[in-house]
Amino acid sequence: MDFGRISRRHLLQGGAALTLGTALGARGALAAETTIGFIYVGSRDDYGYNQAHAQGAAALKKLPGLKVVEEEKVPETDAVEKTMESMINLDGASLLFPTSFGYYNPHVLKMAQKYPKLRFQHCGGLWTDKDPKNAGSYFGYIDEAQYISGIVAGYSTKSGKLGFVAAKPIPQVLRNINAFTLGAKLANPKATTQVIFTGDWSMPVKEAEATNSLIDQGVDVLTCHVDGPKTMVENAARRGAMVCGYHVNQSPLAPKAYLTGAEWNWEALYPKFVKMIAAGETIPNFYRGGLKDEIVKVSPYGEAVSEEARKHADEVKSKFMSSDFVIFKGPISDNKGKVVIAAGTDRGQKDAELEKMDYLVDGVIGATS
Amino acid sequence: MADGGIGLWTVPLAVFGGAIRVSTPFLFVSLGECITERSGRINLGLEGTLVMGAMSAYGISYLSGSPWLGVLAAGITGALLGALHAGICSLPRVNDVAVGIALMLFGTGLAFYLGKPLIEPTAARLPAIDFGWWSDIAQVRAALRINVLFLIGVALAPLLYWAFKTTRWGLLIRTAGESADAARAMGHSVLLIRLRATMVGGFLAGIGGSFLSLFYPGSWNEGLSSGQGITAVALVIFARWDPMLCLWASLAFGGAAALGPALQSVGMTSGYHLFNAAPYILTLAIMIITCSPKRTLTGAPAELSITR
Repeated sequence: MDFGRISRRHLLQGGAALTLGTALGARGALAAETTIGFIYVGSRDDYGYNQAHAQGAAALKKLPGLKVVEEEKVPETDAVEKTMESMINLDGASLLFPTSFGYYNPHVLKMAQKYPKLRFQHCGGLWTDKDPKNAGSYFGYIDEAQYISGIVAGYSTKSGKLGFVAAKPIPQVLRNINAFTLGAKLANPKATTQVIFTGDWSMPVKEAEATNSLIDQGVDVLTCHVDGPKTMVENAARRGAMVCGYHVNQSPLAPKAYLTGAEWNWEALYPKFVKMIAAGETIPNFYRGGLKDEIVKVSPYGEAVSEEARKHADEVKSKFMSSDFVIFKGPISDNKGKVVIAAGTDRGQKDAELEKMDYLVDGVIGATS
Repeated sequence: MADGGIGLWTVPLAVFGGAIRVSTPFLFVSLGECITERSGRINLGLEGTLVMGAMSAYGISYLSGSPWLGVLAAGITGALLGALHAGICSLPRVNDVAVGIALMLFGTGLAFYLGKPLIEPTAARLPAIDFGWWSDIAQVRAALRINVLFLIGVALAPLLYWAFKTTRWGLLIRTAGESADAARAMGHSVLLIRLRATMVGGFLAGIGGSFLSLFYPGSWNEGLSSGQGITAVALVIFARWDPMLCLWASLAFGGAAALGPALQSVGMTSGYHLFNAAPYILTLAIMIITCSPKRTLTGAPAELSITR
């Protein structure tokens, strides 16, 4: 396999100038046939993170004049640079979506410098002024959708105990746990969220064990932040617990137990990017948004969700849609009793402080280390 | 109690339940490898066999609607991979460890390739037997929902122990493993004995894989095994090639896998990475305590390429 790669690479270097020329020619105004490359870190039908992106790619395939090339299971190493090289030079891709967090630095940055006329749209990265102008990062405030899930969960729990199966205590995960808990407390001030960290993004046996342990503790509504929520959803439903999904809609896996879920809405965002390029506009290098910007969405409510819960959740959702509703509004203290957001301080979604979150709010049972 | 939780009792219960739920793949792979290694050959490819078994069981169960047919398919797939290993190893001057590593990569790669369309659909699962009917506590009932495969595995361990010790077949396998020359002098084909032993080993490892995809965690995805097959191969050395010790070692590893999540669920949140690493620390400790520079591992078949 290695031998094949090396020889392919030499071939690429030889033919680079020629193919690059055609690739650039096709770019410009997105005329005729434009090729867009998608790179996933896992499998694109994982009922999770990668499937959400693949759904976005599928939305682009439907548009005329676009050709989409995809590669799955590309590790966050220089393998992704090779994949980008071959998408650029062999397939003539002019717009690339390397969708995994670890691709950004240094791999995407390196490629963006090497191919200044192509566009690199990275999911989750933090683009700064120092980075190449043809690279950009986008992400969604999915904690808004988690907040809505939390409200529904808060109404649906009988024991007042919610469970959260999480991969690692990094800011994005903590933000979801905290938003979910704050939402739940809106519905049921006494609700608690028990969190279990499995240690990695895809650990099916650990996730199943975590799910069982939580249910043994009396938890009756669970959600998660791992790459593939399938294991948690199926195992929780088998034990008779309710679930809130993550990444994509998992209701086909557990139609009766599925309450709602926090989903990405890449199928709305990606066509927007393509339209911006076609219209000759530049995509903002740092692109973020939530429910209002149609970057994230909430799954349709399951049949088990009460009328009261629907009403309250819809009410908050419409606040998100119409104004800049603030989730992290002081006073908020962490679960050790320390005030983390002072009274009177509003940490709006774009607040950089939230990107550094390292605490669990009051009501969460668990620790970040 | 009133809120349905059982407090600190969760931890022993989870370790007990985890020992039953998580141990089955370890048990089947280690028993299978035990047979293969007793015949004088190491099959490191069982990680690939486990993953192939999981994939084929899920696929056949999904297509046919019968999970038991899936288990059978997993076993057959495993036996075929075993035959491939034994076939290549019977060529002169072929290293069984190297072939095993190649087959491990081949098995996982092939399973991921063929299993691509199986990630989304939901296949029929194996049923569980309810041994917790006597208890009012839901948690105990859940922990005692036991799969038949686990019971078969538990019964298989003493059966193999007895078979190695007293049956003609057991003696033949051991002879091939201890001294190939002696087996040849008795008029038996060592290659044929090893072929059969490797195929039976692969059959069991494939069934271990079917447990992963059809019972617990209970669906096919690419991270399903995450090294359980290779851990089970190591367990055999840890268990000194004794089927009964394989059983205890598998149960210990299963229970230890449940320890990390269970401790977090009762609020022991610090150092969960350390608890997750518990089984490996245990293995290292036992290896260090029992090793000696003066002799080879006790119980090691003399023909094994690692001890020879």
